[in-house]
Amino acid sequence: MLLYIVRRVAYAIPIALLVSLVCFMLVHIAPGDPIDSIVPPDTPKEAVEQVRREYGLDKPLPVQFAVWLSHVVQGDLGRSIASRRPIAGDLMLASGKTFVLAVTAATIGFSLGVALGSLAAFFQGTWIDRLCVGFAVAGVSVPHYWLGMVMVIIFSVLLAALPAMGAGPSDWVWDWVHIRFLILPAITLSVIPAGLITRTVRGTVIEILNQDFITTLRGKGIRRSGLLLHVVKNAAPTVLAVMGLQFGYLMGGSILVESVFSWPGTGMMLNNAIFRRDIPVIQGATLVLAMFFVLLNLIVDLVQTAIDPRMRRT
Amino acid sequence: MSGDILVRARDLSIEFVSPDATVQAVNGVDFDLAEKEALCILGESGSGKSVTLRSLLRLNPPKKTVMSGSLSVCGEDMLTISDAKLNSLRGRLVSMIFQEPMTALDPVFTIGRQIAETIIRHEGISRGEADRRALDLLELVQIPSAKRRLAAYPHELSGGLRQRAMIAIALSCRPKLLLADEPTTALDATVQIQVLLLLHKLQQELGMGIIFVTHDLGVAGEIADRIAVMYAGRFVEEGPVRDVMRQPMHPYTRGLLGATVHAGMRGKRLTTIPGAPPDLSDLPPGCAFAPRCSEATRSCTADVPALHKLGPERGARCVLVEDAA
Ligand SMILES: Nc1ncnc2c1ncn2[C@@H]1O[C@H](COP(=O)(O)OP(=O)(O)O)[C@@H](O)[C@H]1O
Ligand SMILES: [Mg+2]
Repeated sequence: MLLYIVRRVAYAIPIALLVSLVCFMLVHIAPGDPIDSIVPPDTPKEAVEQVRREYGLDKPLPVQFAVWLSHVVQGDLGRSIASRRPIAGDLMLASGKTFVLAVTAATIGFSLGVALGSLAAFFQGTWIDRLCVGFAVAGVSVPHYWLGMVMVIIFSVLLAALPAMGAGPSDWVWDWVHIRFLILPAITLSVIPAGLITRTVRGTVIEILNQDFITTLRGKGIRRSGLLLHVVKNAAPTVLAVMGLQFGYLMGGSILVESVFSWPGTGMMLNNAIFRRDIPVIQGATLVLAMFFVLLNLIVDLVQTAIDPRMRRT
Repeated sequence: MSGDILVRARDLSIEFVSPDATVQAVNGVDFDLAEKEALCILGESGSGKSVTLRSLLRLNPPKKTVMSGSLSVCGEDMLTISDAKLNSLRGRLVSMIFQEPMTALDPVFTIGRQIAETIIRHEGISRGEADRRALDLLELVQIPSAKRRLAAYPHELSGGLRQRAMIAIALSCRPKLLLADEPTTALDATVQIQVLLLLHKLQQELGMGIIFVTHDLGVAGEIADRIAVMYAGRFVEEGPVRDVMRQPMHPYTRGLLGATVHAGMRGKRLTTIPGAPPDLSDLPPGCAFAPRCSEATRSCTADVPALHKLGPERGARCVLVEDAA
């Protein structure tokens, strides 16, 4: 197992490098001279050249990449073109906010999904099953922003119970003053993962319940509670894989949901950067998110392997 | 006498009901099994052997299975038994081993854990004690380097070892009755014999009753005291193993004997039974074997033939067989 961990971590390194290369190339893939996206069109020539040197754009690409990478590993993602502020700091703040939202939405969505999915599977073919499946289909098909707006209309406008915008005053704290702001966006964001996890859990559990070893267990006199342990351990690798991916998406910060609720997270940051063509910000945010995905994948893989011994062989 | 009876089935019938069709998998089966006795159920695939065996532990899917007649196992009425009693019977008094040792074991739990789990469930002993018992059991079923194998996962063992582990699980609470559904069919020929001999030896040593399902006559001759030949959900012939093998009365049994390689076959030609077993959701009236039977007469298709007794334990459901009395 230890050997497997080492090997798996080693595999992640070239992936991470490739991801950073892609992010780096982002600036150069955009048509034209990358400098055009950095300076306004009417900048005097000397100024353009100075910016070019400042950004290291006068050097050959591999050198640029090496320099950029060495900055990145030191936590320096450059400066925003729009605000001229260091990107890393802003990104950190935004990621923190998105993290709060993502963790909450994931907690709601995953618990709901596991509960409904298991219910549906154990009561397969009954009205309980159909109700849960109905919820799952609705969950993945209802547009985010529409649900967000409906929630705002009901809970903020009509009932005036919860705030519709922002993440509360100053820094995030887990108190009621702040949590009030979290409720609507978190619920809105949790609906898709809830639907997907319901579907995954239902499918996986039904498949497991149909397997021969369940008959063996019943034949040994194992009760329902004991059976559950076997079902959970067999279902976990599949379900965790979907959860990992979903959490990755949530960390990306839904651009739509964060915009509807003006939640100052990475989604909104990316949204603003795209509108302002603030390429270094897009680059930095993409890099951080991609790295997070790589890390998440690594964790899911390791957990899966710890649960299912059959995966250790490769 | 009745204290010695492990199983008593009378007119046992099992149907699977679904919106599309009703499958009559078992159609009025009578049999008794005494303590320490070995009964072998023989028949082509699809004749209802597994369904019969599973019904002794009520392991057929509960939602669509309809059982009728009467069935008592270890003194419990299996048609009315409560879930709690059933769960305490399963694995403790009656155990079952299955055809596919690969899929019948949980892939993500160790062999040792799956044995210990059963003992803990029924005897409430500590984990450490259960692990020790698991080790003894692996040695009992002759798994080499048993200690190491306790921590092995099913996929790490060969088919033969997996089936031995399965047997260890089944024997973990010293059951009075062992149900074995084609336990060697999925194994290599040489391993088949080893596992078979082991089962036979354990049955004798532990004094268990055993019901053994197979479509292999050689296997039946090796282990069984009695044989029951099953066709389309009915026992068409039964009797002591020697009598049935030497002097099969039912044309179907003769067909089966002619179609398999076994000791009595030397110098004879291998034959096959023409045709295929009937559709169990649409059984013909009369003898279900009549459409494939070379000796069938008009009277065969009128009524299901009654059981003609040929001795205290010997009988056949065929109109051509004369009552001994
Ligand atoms: N759970 C089930 N639902 C519906 N039909 C079944 C079920 N289990 C078995 N059958 C049917 O019952 C018949 C007998 O099957 P089985 O007892 O498995 O035969 P075998 O003698 O090969 O063990 C087959 O036609 C099979 O399709
Ligand atoms: Mg079978």
